[in-house]
Amino acid sequence: MNCCSEKPVIQLPAGEKLCKNHFTDYFESKVFKTIRQFELLDKEENLGVALSGGKDSLTVLHILNRLSQQNPKIKINAIAIDEGIHNYRDKTLEKAKEFCHENNIKLNIFSYKEEFGLTLDEMLKILDVKPCTVCGIFRRYLLNKKSRELKLTKLATGHNLDDECQSIMMNQMKNNIEGSARLGPKVGLLQHKDFVQRIKPLYLCTEKEVTTYAFVNGLLDEFNECPNVPQSFRAQVRDMLNDFENKFPGTKYSIVNSFLQTLPLLKKQFKNDAIKVCVKCSEPSANDVCNACIYLEKLKINIEAKENGFTQC
Amino acid sequence: MGKINVKVSVDRNNTNKTLELDNEASVMDLLKKININPVTVIVSRNNELILEDEKLNDKDEIKILSVISGG
Repeated sequence: MNCCSEKPVIQLPAGEKLCKNHFTDYFESKVFKTIRQFELLDKEENLGVALSGGKDSLTVLHILNRLSQQNPKIKINAIAIDEGIHNYRDKTLEKAKEFCHENNIKLNIFSYKEEFGLTLDEMLKILDVKPCTVCGIFRRYLLNKKSRELKLTKLATGHNLDDECQSIMMNQMKNNIEGSARLGPKVGLLQHKDFVQRIKPLYLCTEKEVTTYAFVNGLLDEFNECPNVPQSFRAQVRDMLNDFENKFPGTKYSIVNSFLQTLPLLKKQFKNDAIKVCVKCSEPSANDVCNACIYLEKLKINIEAKENGFTQC
Repeated sequence: MGKINVKVSVDRNNTNKTLELDNEASVMDLLKKININPVTVIVSRNNELILEDEKLNDKDEIKILSVISGG
């Protein structure tokens, strides 16, 4: 069924076809409802938005910036991490800079090279690890540290329903229930003074909805995929879920909605797991030494071994 | 049944090709022919989005845009 006489731009899983204007209203209403339902924002925020320059982060920044214009007590800062992925991040960062310049948003860029001494590409020549694992650890580490230094009260990310669905399934497949307990529209198990709360305003929006919104609002740039993604476990879970969604529309919504019903129980089960402080860098950590410091140490050992003519792993 | 020729570009693998389809073929028929899951793309003609049941015309120029996150 069509919403009106205008040409539809999307068909929702329930069958309704929406035109550009009705879909934009539908999408933005869903994001604002998510913010209210899960209490993602307080009345006053110095809000950070993690910006990669891709469609998801541009969409969340576009909507939150409009919210900020309507409500000056919500201040917006963009924060981008340059991992140093040749021919990928350099391109998306250009889009991020262009958007922030046009919309008068302060953009803070931090790089692996400046913070850790090596780009991700250089790290992957030294370490025999899965790229997304080590990249994710360093990116989350920097986002939290720099958000705190910038005195941001929360950090919004562009994670959408598809991302969450993939994470839920990946944790199930790896028997990582504690990992699932950290998921949800508000990330993490406990509040901690050194931990900047991450929030996901696009939590209930599918990837197709986000792309459609980005397209009709002029936010979609040319397709640009990280060269490390196709080999990841996540990419295989994503393809499996999309096959299911095609055969059984609504599958992804069902997975996330049923997960949301169990999430309070999971958070309760793991609430006593204290957040520690890394003995090396003093950043919040689940263990005595944080994962970022563990990988930095591995890099150091491997570099020293190579310099001395030995091979490490 | 007559045939139509449609120019198709796929952003994800950066390909451009002309495909012959049956007259009255829809976007869904096109996606099936090139083995693309409709959940993973949006489709545009003349910079306007079109849905899977939209009929294609001879000499249409179609862009298939991936919805997959880049990283």
